[in-house]
Amino acid sequence: MTDIDDVVSADTFEGRQELQPRKVLTPREVLREVGAVLRMSETDAALLSETTTEVAEDQTMIINMGPQHPSTHGVLRLMLELQGETVLRCKPIIGYLHTGMEKTGESLTFMQGGTNVTRMDYVSPLNNELVFSMATEKLLGIDGDIPERAVWMRMLLSELNRMSSHLLFMATNGMDIGAVSMMLYGWREREEVLRFFQKVTGLRMNHNFIRPGGVAADLPPEWRDDVLAILDMLPARLAEYDTLMSGQPIWRDRLQGVGVITQQEAIALSATGPILRSTGVSWDLRRDMPYLHYDEMEFDVIVGKHGDSYDRYAIRLEEIRESMKIVRQILERMPSGDFRIQNKKVTPPPRARIDESMEALIHHFKIFTEGFKVPEGEVYMAIESPRGEIGCYIASDGSATPYRMHVRAPSFVNIQTLPHMMRGGLVADAVAVISSVDPVLGEVDR
Amino acid sequence: MSATEIHGSPHILSVGQDVLLVAKDRYIETMRNLALDGFEMCVDLTAVDFLTHPGRSLPQGIDAERFEVVVNLLSMSLHKRLRLRVQVSEADPIIDSAFEIYPGTEAMEREVFDMFGISFRNHPDLTRILMPEDWDGHPLRKDYSQGQIPVQFKGATT
Repeated sequence: MTDIDDVVSADTFEGRQELQPRKVLTPREVLREVGAVLRMSETDAALLSETTTEVAEDQTMIINMGPQHPSTHGVLRLMLELQGETVLRCKPIIGYLHTGMEKTGESLTFMQGGTNVTRMDYVSPLNNELVFSMATEKLLGIDGDIPERAVWMRMLLSELNRMSSHLLFMATNGMDIGAVSMMLYGWREREEVLRFFQKVTGLRMNHNFIRPGGVAADLPPEWRDDVLAILDMLPARLAEYDTLMSGQPIWRDRLQGVGVITQQEAIALSATGPILRSTGVSWDLRRDMPYLHYDEMEFDVIVGKHGDSYDRYAIRLEEIRESMKIVRQILERMPSGDFRIQNKKVTPPPRARIDESMEALIHHFKIFTEGFKVPEGEVYMAIESPRGEIGCYIASDGSATPYRMHVRAPSFVNIQTLPHMMRGGLVADAVAVISSVDPVLGEVDR
Repeated sequence: MSATEIHGSPHILSVGQDVLLVAKDRYIETMRNLALDGFEMCVDLTAVDFLTHPGRSLPQGIDAERFEVVVNLLSMSLHKRLRLRVQVSEADPIIDSAFEIYPGTEAMEREVFDMFGISFRNHPDLTRILMPEDWDGHPLRKDYSQGQIPVQFKGATT
């Protein structure tokens, strides 16, 4: 270990990221490390009786959970210090899926950027595209000129994506706790939504459908029936989930009071989304900082009370119902019209024009090879993704590629709450806690 | 550029969003004051390397440096966002850690250290977070090459 008073000289020797065993740490270093993983100061850490330095070294054991573990939702690695079956310390270690997407984003044009960001949170790709497009449009100054139909289509897709993401959570959460049939049901319902996405965008995931200036294509003619079929199918299925899980004593015992986080902790740790709402903070960007046309929608923000895993489960289940409410309102109000902005700068000419006009062909070629230039400036846009606030920070130097493109990934920040939720709990509950945070590792590591 | 100030730092609008350009030695003090003003949450902390784009426009009195640490604060009570931009020089890439004020910045500061090589003074656990521990260099710096796999065409002679 390094001299802790000189922490700016960050050294990077093997094992430095890992949870250090107590025998190599001085008492002060233990407190500092406990404070770091629990996000509290040394003084606060000293007040926690069970994490102080007095625990005999031969009574504890450090084990690795992951990076390959079915319940870690990808390649999350947790180092747990156990005393018997109780978790004393816990440190998440990430980066196993790091592919340098922010660096890649600097060499892709604003036109191509959507293909990159859509692969970050691969469970809710349309929200990633939406926030990237909104940031680009803000820099271009065309954020107010997006055609109405495009805006409503964006909302429709974003809400359906929230439903598919939460349905996947229902599946994986069920599987992690041991309700294996739930896994099949959740995937089955999600597949119905993905089938609709495939019809609209051509792909089940990684759509690159929402683009700066609007969306890539219009809705297919029979879209309304498809959405109605999903909306008609779901309520009965959700009622089934309630029977299977919500009211069931084993399910409740397994989740209630597990992984508790308080309001102050959640805010201090910058947690957003269902984690923040489970502690009783009524904060949803769709209602509190509306974007698109969410200010005209009637829906409730679901808030928990106890901050435990059960609340996080129940919030997501109810949010599916709220999203269905929003989708019904969108169905009623979907306007006709153009699905992308008619601004020659950002929109390529339609396919038919290319056959008749040389200028259109040149324009089409240039916009896809060189992209469009975005004025110099910097912007941060944030929307409510199923996992919390997803933000996109773009700094532009006036060229056709972002000078810097950063995505504020909700999972990356939310994962910091894990050590807090696990401290003092049982190792068997660790799985339930990871599951209730619902991290997507593609977004954590980017 | 407007001339208004918040806590002694110039306040400008960037495409309609509130931005505060804070000097490095006033950074922690400003963050502390803003936390008292009702900005409960630090939603994001990142950095930009302006190595190849030095001539960006900044208000009078702010000297452009190579790095810029960008902090996005959110006030849930006031429904407001505020962005802080701090200039960090290449010669002295060290800035105070905001961990004591906003513990949620812990992972974000580690990411900035990992990707840009900017150190955070008094950070409790300053190690690489995304790259392997023994990695050389900081990938998001502009002088770090993106890396390419050399492609050998069939039958090519070198």
